[in-house]
Amino acid sequence: MKTFFTVLGASIAFFLTVAMVGLTDWDRPPLAVHQNGFRGTAMAQVHTREGVEETKAANLAPAPADPAEPGEELAGTTYENVQVLKNVSVNEFNRLMASMTEWVSPEQGCTYCHNTENMADDSLYQKKVARRMLQMTQHINSSWKDNHVGGAGVTCYTCHRGQPVPANIWFTQPGPNRPGGFIARNNGQNMAAPSVGLASLPYDTLTEYLADKNIDNNAIRVNATTALPTTKGKPIQDAEKTYGLMIHMSEGLGVNCTFCHNTRAISNWSQSTPQRTTAWHGIRMVRDINGNYLEPLLSTFPPNRLGALGDVPKVNCTTCHNGVSKPLNGAHVIDAYPELAKSTETASAADPKAPETTAPMQQPVPAPQ
Amino acid sequence: MAYYQNIFSEVQVRPISPDLGIPVDSNKRWGTPFNSYLFGLIGNAQVGPIYIGYLGALSFACGLIAFEIIGLNMWASVNWDPIQFVRQLPWLALEPPRPQYGLRVLPPLAEGGWWLIAGFFLTASVLLWWLRLFRRAKALGLGYHVPWAFASAIWLFLVLGFIRPVLMGSWSEAVPFGIFPHLDWTAAFSLRYGNLFYNPFHMLSIVFLYGSTLLFAMHGGTILAVSRFGGEREIDQIVDRGTATERAALFWRWTMGFNATMESVHRWAWWFAVLTTLTGGIGILLTGTVVDNWYLWAVKHGVAPSYPQVYPPVIDPLSVSPTTIPGGAP
Repeated sequence: MKTFFTVLGASIAFFLTVAMVGLTDWDRPPLAVHQNGFRGTAMAQVHTREGVEETKAANLAPAPADPAEPGEELAGTTYENVQVLKNVSVNEFNRLMASMTEWVSPEQGCTYCHNTENMADDSLYQKKVARRMLQMTQHINSSWKDNHVGGAGVTCYTCHRGQPVPANIWFTQPGPNRPGGFIARNNGQNMAAPSVGLASLPYDTLTEYLADKNIDNNAIRVNATTALPTTKGKPIQDAEKTYGLMIHMSEGLGVNCTFCHNTRAISNWSQSTPQRTTAWHGIRMVRDINGNYLEPLLSTFPPNRLGALGDVPKVNCTTCHNGVSKPLNGAHVIDAYPELAKSTETASAADPKAPETTAPMQQPVPAPQ
Repeated sequence: MAYYQNIFSEVQVRPISPDLGIPVDSNKRWGTPFNSYLFGLIGNAQVGPIYIGYLGALSFACGLIAFEIIGLNMWASVNWDPIQFVRQLPWLALEPPRPQYGLRVLPPLAEGGWWLIAGFFLTASVLLWWLRLFRRAKALGLGYHVPWAFASAIWLFLVLGFIRPVLMGSWSEAVPFGIFPHLDWTAAFSLRYGNLFYNPFHMLSIVFLYGSTLLFAMHGGTILAVSRFGGEREIDQIVDRGTATERAALFWRWTMGFNATMESVHRWAWWFAVLTTLTGGIGILLTGTVVDNWYLWAVKHGVAPSYPQVYPPVIDPLSVSPTTIPGGAP
């Protein structure tokens, strides 16, 4: 009896140890810790050195194509059915088309979007989507330059990474298939959703906070702004939704809460880092992209590109960031493609004297002590 | 002579005929007593007979009803799939009603009604068990230390699930029944109310909680260490000190200048344990009802220090130009 239980106990302990060592996601030292707040506030980004190297290698910006030969001929007058890149020179236009193929459909080639019999033909839905995406890219690089993307800018590659459909898109979560009737509903949570880091937090927080371009700007804010209660505050369920969104941002950027917040007073702006302002605008930018560029493509996308509830594929922080706080390691990808930095639909907008050099986005110099 | 120095008890007392204890007024006990090696490793080798009584039976029945309501709703939420039930169990929960139902006594079952019913039966089960503890203590002529300590834990339970939601005017303020969900609720609760670590009663509760574990380790270690001198007879030695007590006392007086006595160490432990949930309950009760943001409260009362700014001033972008920024209505 005694021997039996000794052996049994030892085997259970052994297998539990093996399971703990083998099945968990361990971070093997050495660690790379970057302090980004005053000492004592525990504000620091913790990664493994190996992980830093890996993410760095996985997020290299592709080399830009060779500069185009100068030319006065405009794509809009030379080619038929050019709607967005009208005021780009033919050489630049062709260079961009070649680059787009490399960025988006390197395997499928030109035929992914074009009918090669007639390049002006709009019969493929991919071409119509690509046209809207070009407008979106120009919009991001111009309207969101000051507040979010800065001098780095975005190209198709920022999200696509050589794939026709970016790896990190999302759809509205229909939730688990469950019996109705008097069975308790799940309050939209409790199912280990990847978008909230596999927590039991609300699984569709992205639809509420990132898909609605007209949402109340205060929707995400749940903290009271006074020490004592003055009005009826927000319910804890709202705090869980905000928490879920923040987990998404944290995972998408490969940072922890303290990248933006001093977590002792998480809603307090004066103790936050400048990155929080950039992130705040980023949330608005994502809503702008989803609401004004992707939602209108609903009828353009074929059904197999839509989500379970028939909604368009949408973007979130991870779509561009892919696990790093600066997409493509912060490379200024837009410098080599000035035609993507502003609208080229009208002649006045397409000043060939681009790229303009404005002050780079505020680069916080952490002065931790 | 075997010593109490192993992780497990080296000595197992196995009575030839089962020990039935002293005769008491109500003496209905159930089951045939037997000796178990496994139980002997961690406690008394003799198992049973157990006193059930109508309070115990009712408490068990109520607890079972609550357990079934919670479990079956969780199972239903994975479409009655047994594999998914096991796989997702830590994530599953029975959620309280949404805020729009306020304090409605019975919202639709699917909208939190089940949560209220489960909560009712769980509370009934716990309170009946308390009564049972009290009456058993009385029957044996004991003091009521154990029931009152349990009452302190029930206080925290009631504050979380009943008293605070009632004061807040909504069942939605209560905790979901679920493993990860109640932990996420806890984190969200602290986030919502501006960091619970600045709640002084939360601070006290943590002190008593960690203090309890420290006291437990010190006391357990001390008694085991002097068991070779008869230290396990600690109750006797409260009034009749032996060499075990003398050595244990000297050990602590040598190492930290002060020692508890064989009696007082138990009062230390009892009060630390009781105060953990007592202060914790007060802290939860004040959150949202009296204080809405503990960090701001701590600033107001000079508790939270301020740190030097390391960045240029960061201001709320919404306070600058809310109307000109797309992607949200002011």
